[in-house]
Amino acid sequence: MAEYSAFSLLKNALSGNKDWKPAWRKPDPKASYDVIVIGGGGHGLSTAYYLAKEHGITNVAVLEKGWLGSGNVGRNTTAVRSNYLLPSNTRFYEHSMKLWENLSHDLNYNVMFSQRGCLNLAHTPAQLDDYARRGNAMRHLGVDAELMNVSEIKRLVPALDVSGSARFPVLGGLMQRRAGSARHDAVAWGYARGADRRGVDIIENCEVTGFLRDGDRITGVSTTRGEIRAKKVALAVAGSTGRVMQLAGIEKMPIESHVLQAFVSESLKPIIDTILTFGMGHFYISQSDKGGLVYGGDLDGYNSYAQRGSLPIVDEVMSEMLALFPGLARVRMLRSWGGLCDMTMDGSPIITTGPLPGMYLNCGWCYGGFKATPASGWCFAWTIAKDEPHEFNAPFTLDRFYRGLIIDDKGQGATPRLH
Amino acid sequence: MSSRRTETGGRIDRLRTIRFTFDGAPYTGHAGDTLASALLASGVTLFGRSFKYHRPRGLLAAGVEEPNALVTVLRGDVREPNIPATMVEIYDGLVAVSQNRSPSLAWDISALNQLGGKVLSAGFYYKTFMGPVIGPLKGTRFWMFCEHFIRRAAGLGRAGTAPDTSRYERMNAFCDVLVVGSGPAGLMAAKAAADQGARVILAELEARFGGSANWSGETIDDAPAADWAGRLVGQLEGNDNVRLLPRTTVWGYYDGNTLAALERVTDHKEVAARGEPRQRYWAIRAGTVVLATGSFERPLVFPGNDRPGVMLAHAAERYANEYAVLPGERTVVFTNNDSAYRSAVALKKAGAAVVAIVDVRSDVSSEMSRLASEADAELLAGHAVVATEGGKALTGLKVQRFDLTSGALSGDERSIHADCLAMSGGWSPTIHLASQAGARAEWDPGRQAFLPPQPTQRWIGAGAFTGSFSTAEAIAEGRAAGLQAAGGTASLAPLPVVEAVPGDPDPAPVFEIKAKGKSFVDFQHDVTAEDVRLAHREGFVSVEHLKRYTTLGMATDQGKSSNVPGLAIMAEALGKPIPEVGTTRFRPPYTAVSIGSLAAERFGDLKPERLTPMHDWHIENGATMYSAGLWYRPMIYGLAGETVEQAYVREAKATRESAGIVDVSTLGKIAVQGPDAAEFLDRVYTNMFSTLAVGKARYGLMLREDGLAFDDGTTWRLGEQDFLMTTTTANAGKVMQHLEYFLDVIWPELKVTVTSVTDEWAGAAIGGPKARAILAACVKGTAVDNAALPFMGIVHGEIASVPVMICRLSFSGEMAFEVYSGAGYGTRVWEALIEAGKPFGLVTYGLEALGTMRIEKGHVTGAEIDGRTTARDLHLDWMLSKKKPFIGSAMMDREGLIASDRLQLVGLVSLDNRPFNGGAHVVEELDEANPHGSIGHITACCYSPALGKYIALALVKGGKARHGTRAFVSDPLRNRFGPIEIVSNHFYDPDGSRMHG
Amino acid sequence: MLITCPYCGPRDVIEFTYQGDGNRERPQPVSQDLDAWNAYVYDRLNPAGDHNEIWQHSGGCRAHLRVVRNTVTHEILSTAFARGGHKSAGHRTEGKP
Repeated sequence: MAEYSAFSLLKNALSGNKDWKPAWRKPDPKASYDVIVIGGGGHGLSTAYYLAKEHGITNVAVLEKGWLGSGNVGRNTTAVRSNYLLPSNTRFYEHSMKLWENLSHDLNYNVMFSQRGCLNLAHTPAQLDDYARRGNAMRHLGVDAELMNVSEIKRLVPALDVSGSARFPVLGGLMQRRAGSARHDAVAWGYARGADRRGVDIIENCEVTGFLRDGDRITGVSTTRGEIRAKKVALAVAGSTGRVMQLAGIEKMPIESHVLQAFVSESLKPIIDTILTFGMGHFYISQSDKGGLVYGGDLDGYNSYAQRGSLPIVDEVMSEMLALFPGLARVRMLRSWGGLCDMTMDGSPIITTGPLPGMYLNCGWCYGGFKATPASGWCFAWTIAKDEPHEFNAPFTLDRFYRGLIIDDKGQGATPRLH
Repeated sequence: MSSRRTETGGRIDRLRTIRFTFDGAPYTGHAGDTLASALLASGVTLFGRSFKYHRPRGLLAAGVEEPNALVTVLRGDVREPNIPATMVEIYDGLVAVSQNRSPSLAWDISALNQLGGKVLSAGFYYKTFMGPVIGPLKGTRFWMFCEHFIRRAAGLGRAGTAPDTSRYERMNAFCDVLVVGSGPAGLMAAKAAADQGARVILAELEARFGGSANWSGETIDDAPAADWAGRLVGQLEGNDNVRLLPRTTVWGYYDGNTLAALERVTDHKEVAARGEPRQRYWAIRAGTVVLATGSFERPLVFPGNDRPGVMLAHAAERYANEYAVLPGERTVVFTNNDSAYRSAVALKKAGAAVVAIVDVRSDVSSEMSRLASEADAELLAGHAVVATEGGKALTGLKVQRFDLTSGALSGDERSIHADCLAMSGGWSPTIHLASQAGARAEWDPGRQAFLPPQPTQRWIGAGAFTGSFSTAEAIAEGRAAGLQAAGGTASLAPLPVVEAVPGDPDPAPVFEIKAKGKSFVDFQHDVTAEDVRLAHREGFVSVEHLKRYTTLGMATDQGKSSNVPGLAIMAEALGKPIPEVGTTRFRPPYTAVSIGSLAAERFGDLKPERLTPMHDWHIENGATMYSAGLWYRPMIYGLAGETVEQAYVREAKATRESAGIVDVSTLGKIAVQGPDAAEFLDRVYTNMFSTLAVGKARYGLMLREDGLAFDDGTTWRLGEQDFLMTTTTANAGKVMQHLEYFLDVIWPELKVTVTSVTDEWAGAAIGGPKARAILAACVKGTAVDNAALPFMGIVHGEIASVPVMICRLSFSGEMAFEVYSGAGYGTRVWEALIEAGKPFGLVTYGLEALGTMRIEKGHVTGAEIDGRTTARDLHLDWMLSKKKPFIGSAMMDREGLIASDRLQLVGLVSLDNRPFNGGAHVVEELDEANPHGSIGHITACCYSPALGKYIALALVKGGKARHGTRAFVSDPLRNRFGPIEIVSNHFYDPDGSRMHG
Repeated sequence: MLITCPYCGPRDVIEFTYQGDGNRERPQPVSQDLDAWNAYVYDRLNPAGDHNEIWQHSGGCRAHLRVVRNTVTHEILSTAFARGGHKSAGHRTEGKP
């Protein structure tokens, strides 16, 4: 009998909802573990979950400096897609997509993954060709993609301005129908509960303050809740990667931490039924089940750990929104927030053993980490368990930059703010 | 419906009657009314429906924090949803409708949701709707089926799609002192700062300045507080250094003391005056900010606290005193603190019967007892309200004896007949802006409230914002803050004298009365105290988990009234003090802000349009324009009945047969000048420029630092120290920044200046066998023969009396010339060239023909230099100088960049004589059903009139080694599959004999 | 965020383009030390705190500035021309209130 089901809801309702158990325990840290995962965000939690589920490694602790899921897993705009240009990325994100498609069942937790599609709007013939290149690249790897013409787009998103008089008229778009959105917090909580029920200790309010070492080898961590030893220490700290690596004595990384803002409008009756991106700027939008329009744009464009954005980007994002939806000028922005993005030099992630003995590194998710959550944890768990990467994350090494094996989907080079 | 309007009093203009409709029914009110006060005066009690259970709801508040009474305001087809009725000023012809109900506000079918009861507890949706693991509904299908209905049920108002024709405007303002809030503290601060000569902006989110002075009933300097405030505002209005902004919500506190505000300029008017925007977005850079934003009264949490007729005590007082409306005839006051006693007295004075004051505290001060008698109210100390009665309006309530320390209820329930319950759970300072500015709030156990943090930016707090709830304190702190902000010294002048009802500012620490029934914490989102406890039980105990799991504080009011009670209930469940549960950080905006106002002037005008000097000529001569970044360029000059392909084939053919001319003004142009200009270019380009003779041009390639190709173009040496660099249209800005960066940061010792001159020059490229003859016919002052103007030579002359610069270079593969003139004379030179070309059969051609000829010639553009290719990939390795280092030279030979399986530039020929599509892929084995095994993709394609075939350029793995082999084009997106031959990218005139002539 | 350009005075961040970590040292052009080049092109100091960085006043005088800015508070501690020889024109912004 699944812990969560319509039946259990009814049963618990009859007993006044008094018998629900905590979604995860609140254990004190043990003296040592087989694996410590630093970072109780989506990736850290899914890593712990797959370590337990796929590799039988359950003597695992996830250390979170604040509250579980306080990083980007709870701050993103929840898009899930695998519509990449370069095969290394497409294969990895498609693996993620397949995990997403069964995730609610796997976790017995409704993460509300809804495959309402992701449509990239094209505004010039050259851009349409560019999208066709990407769509065809996806199709040649078995991933769904299709081109939509203007009348199909208008039917799908009636509120969109597709008139020829627009400053950047819509000429068509690349649609991935299996793309969609999910409830971000539920992903963190679902993985946390799944890992917890398999024996993983999830330890909140436990900040890593240093690394325990035996020569070069990492043998554990010191934390605000004491020293904890481990055979393997895995980092999944996203925007804090630079900071934590400095604790391990590695001063520089091919990463910059940037702030990305996101916005939500007041709750509205359904008006946008897909994820939509603007081709002549940086803008994307979808509508949550609650009715809020969830949207965002470009990075603020400078190093930041502040989780707060600046005003010019707010104006820019809203202007782009109205270029697509001139009817929404009276809709109101309800809340804005900022997330830290660990931007790499080619816009693609890092999942690897090392760089120190006993250490494993998962970072560089730029602003696309949410959709990667299942595959990131899945591949990282594999890498930790087997001390070598899975085929899916083999290209995502740390030394690829230096060797010229860059995976640059946007072709922008080593300027992180442009990825 | 009976009129609840009192005979006298209030700040409304009884001589002006205003007519409006709500849900189609006509109503009247007076100038100065909000939609809420006018409807309340007409006896309306039901204003909205809650989000989840669709419970009937009335007014909770009188201001911006209203969670229940949300309406949609209509202006023709243009809809503005989710506006609190308390913030809508009525005007003649106002049309407002209720939301989130069907078929009507009174009879809402979704109210059946309440029957779901405990099944629909917090987070229930995480535990169900997952559907079967196998079968046709596996995966995400079942959830998406359920979600369809959930989405329809959710949401509040409906957004419109009709374009909003209103204008929005942005203002940048600078001031010494920005005062936020115009209650007694804000007014005193503004006055004090203004008297010091500071430039002051005073922003008030409501229509009336004065804040609590408008309804407190207090006396200041022997005048009613409202009159005192009015006098002060009058004085401020007369000051040149003061800007008063009514209806202006300061909603964001950003870095560098930059604040964002929204002024609602004409929302309260039937018709905007000429030139007035609907809303104005203020970006204010303030020297110092005085935060005098006041405080919010908190509701108490008890069963039935959401019944229409239950409202905040100060709101009831405010409706009576400011709007002359009695929220009820028989009122009961329910409180944990002294402030509600003043409300009781005010309601009594306004004409309501105050039946009882229910106070959770058993020992009420003698002053409060005296106030209870003054209100003629029975004082039920040590009691609590445990239930309310009524349907869509309150009819009565039940009270029971209450023990403050244990929270226990005892004794018999007593029923009291009442139609209004005015509650007060204490006050929370409005610290949102201070929190946005970057610091954490601190819990004050006396006030039972979060007080503002130490400033992290330049602001000073005053009045209730700081937890000083009395008007006398507000006045003193306001003046002190204003003086300090303006850099003045303490004033010795006497402060205004306040006569106010006394009271202890500290409430009893009681937030919830635990009794049977639904007790609401977040009214709009239907989060109950039981939901908070369920979150606790399931481990969602940190404040952020509480919010996210229950949706507490996530509604349109963003928890303005619900945050602290929710925290308190969680703290009690945890057995921890409130500050250990934490507070959430407030984020912009303070209240919701229209997206139109944020776009402001860019609404309808997102980005500038860049037009070449000859733009109008192209339009007049039948060009179809193509949008390229911000530029518009001719795509074709089509003749009647021609398809695009027919047009570009005709244009390209004519160019190769006689001559063609194309506008190339969009190319990036950068003047590179100075003693070290040649040395600089040697470092920037992969090939040598210092050896270039004056009067000659050379094709150059730039790499990025990482060794990948960056941009290409020709650079002309106009003088020993004077070069004109051209870049691709798309990269003009990037190349400029690249050059500036190196000159400023890396090589400051080089004496070089770079200047963008893209817009200074008009450019026309004329090419084809007759091109030279055409130039000879119209150019004066120079010869253009082979001796004077060899390949890559530059001459200066005149066309139509306009000085021109002509360089012989070719993109098309024909003998061709680029003619540059001052931008202002571009059309004159262009027309002269066209005229001179007439006898020679000169045609104008657009981007399509340009592209066709460059594909035939095998030249690369941005489609191939796409940020992922190297010089070698594009067969440009001949340009990589071995004699000198250049940007990218050290990095370009890394293993990944010289691998043999990299994508390399090739040509493709269609073997089935059908057209290609850009973005099609190339495969070795065709599999239309399951496309796989891509070895590359098409970057550009066309019909080649020169070859009589459909051809393409492509990037193919190990491409050079595949010349002469067969493969297939595979384009599943457009269902185009077929055989191809892979060939060299140089289709046409590979030895350059035509070009060199 | 307001950045004080030594030429133009305090200006909104919208006028500037971020050019990243200002601690990176470009190897001599003739250097064949690939590790040094890799470090220059790819590795970044990414501190949570004061950060020495390069900004271009691209919407103004187009000068490149060396800015010390706190990446946690966004407070600007100092600005100066990035170009050598102009350091005397450096400007220290006012400290906290």
